[in-house]
Amino acid sequence: MPGLTGPKPVAGPQLARDTSLSAIRLKDAGGRLADNVFHGLVLSCALAILAVVGLVLYELISKSQLSWHAFGFKFFLGQNWDPVQDQFGALPFIYGTIVSSLLALILAVPLAIGVAVFTTEMSPRWLRGPLAFTTELLAAIPSVIYGLWAIFVLVPLLRQYVQPWLARYLGWTGLFEGPPYGIGMLAAGIILAIMIVPIVSSITREVMTAVSQQQRESVLALGATRWEMIRMGVLRNARAGIMGGVILGLGRALGETMALTMVIGNRPEIARSLFAPGYTMASVIANEFSEATGNLYLSALIEVGLALFLVTMVVNILAQLLVWSVTRGAPARTHA
Amino acid sequence: MPEDPIATSKKTVPRVNLRRRVVNGAVTCAAAGSVILVLIPLVAVFGYLVYRGIGSVNWAFLTQTPKPVGEAGGGMANAIAGSAFILLIASVIGVPFGIGAGIYLAEYGRNRFGDVIRFTADVLNGVPSIVIGIVAYGIVVLAQGHFSALAGGVALSLMMIPTISRTTEEMLLLVPNSLREASYGLGISRWRTTLSITLRTATSGVITGVMLAFARVAGETAPLLFTAFGNQYWNFSMEQPTAALPLQIFTYAISPFDEWHRQAWAGALVLIVLIVVSVSAVRIAASRGMLKGAN
Repeated sequence: MPGLTGPKPVAGPQLARDTSLSAIRLKDAGGRLADNVFHGLVLSCALAILAVVGLVLYELISKSQLSWHAFGFKFFLGQNWDPVQDQFGALPFIYGTIVSSLLALILAVPLAIGVAVFTTEMSPRWLRGPLAFTTELLAAIPSVIYGLWAIFVLVPLLRQYVQPWLARYLGWTGLFEGPPYGIGMLAAGIILAIMIVPIVSSITREVMTAVSQQQRESVLALGATRWEMIRMGVLRNARAGIMGGVILGLGRALGETMALTMVIGNRPEIARSLFAPGYTMASVIANEFSEATGNLYLSALIEVGLALFLVTMVVNILAQLLVWSVTRGAPARTHA
Repeated sequence: MPEDPIATSKKTVPRVNLRRRVVNGAVTCAAAGSVILVLIPLVAVFGYLVYRGIGSVNWAFLTQTPKPVGEAGGGMANAIAGSAFILLIASVIGVPFGIGAGIYLAEYGRNRFGDVIRFTADVLNGVPSIVIGIVAYGIVVLAQGHFSALAGGVALSLMMIPTISRTTEEMLLLVPNSLREASYGLGISRWRTTLSITLRTATSGVITGVMLAFARVAGETAPLLFTAFGNQYWNFSMEQPTAALPLQIFTYAISPFDEWHRQAWAGALVLIVLIVVSVSAVRIAASRGMLKGAN
């Protein structure tokens, strides 16, 4: 039969003519080859993702060997960062990253949960779309623009009004003392908080929506007020997922670079006061990488990057598992 | 006349006591208050961008290269073009890989191995952008021996791939199986079905994903710091350091010069307009129906 062994019909009109035959030729060799080639092609795209993560690990580990051999584990405990003397200790950066991220979480989490509760449970239906859109918009603003805004608006505001007030009334805690530069850990924490609210609230919204409507109705049927319904019916069922959202926000905060670099002050010191300038792991890479002279200096910076990568990876995996436990494997949207 | 069921049930339920009602009201106020508190920075950021930026966005800004320190005028034309160039390189690399991986996950990856890929994509999505910069530096800049537009494009493409692949997968999974089966029933091979039926049906959704990834990396600064590096002049060579809008904003923002600050605001306004326009376009396209051919 002609056509049986020929190339597979591909275009529309030809296809229509051949339909009766193609049912028989379902497994002809040419088609199977094309199928296998296509499978191989998309498989290699998927494998590329594995390869990229592997490459990230390989690059970071192999290029940080020099620093690792020179300082060992003391690298993470040393407080002295002195490129001139080739002495590198990353503790001030680790401290700055942790403190700025925690400060951001403390400020952002209650707000983010409030926003999520309002959008999913309280707001009138017509307001839901616009509210979700606005929080998405907040997430779409690039880091460097937050930084720009922070330098020229937030920092002067802090210097003139907020910091003197905090120093007067809360100075006794030791967290708010010293000269009010404006620039410093407090500014970093605040701008970071603004940046992670959208991610935390969108994940919280997602897991709250995943809680079944029956839970809400049954609590309401017991005579609960709306808040009691939210607390007992929704938040309690979604708490693992909300925790996941919070940790995902933490992951974002740990790796955030530009906005922090612009307002944290970039001084590798550990100070108790939140008014004092600090430095973070991501910022030190951003500031010093392209100017790093000497292999040991570069290697030390890459080791900071490796530590940052490993920490954010663990944090993100933990968050992912928590979110999945509530949404039952439905993929979590981690972006706008 | 039938009675309103809700109205009757309210009558029969005993009135909740005062304390509980007060708590309920207080929490409602707190939630609404937090929405307002979150909206304040949004309004403030956009307001300031427009307020400080609009006066400085002029013809010279959009067509000229930066002037030396101390001279007024000049613009960011080379940075705008440089950003477009880097994003083009990133898309050329990132979009095919992202869509390919998404097709694999949706059509072949409903198994353990697919889960591994999915998980890895999420891990890659969470890698801090500055770390991506280090990797691109290692594989492109060190290999070439100098900073280049290509290195910047590679860095951004690595950030686009996981986003595109996950959204492509989601969109392809929305396509009803009956369409695939109808196509198989006509004897059309699997690859042809995937490309001409499934992917075709999900086109607008896939484009949404690509645009979101694009908007996300368009404002990225950290991975370009030591890959594209920046440049005061025009450049359209893959091999040369290239200016980029976010880089230029950063450099100008932390400089001590008022004139540069002014230009940083203008650059930020241009950048945000580009991003918001693309995100909003995507929103509108998405609300018009993701799957035009599916129903």
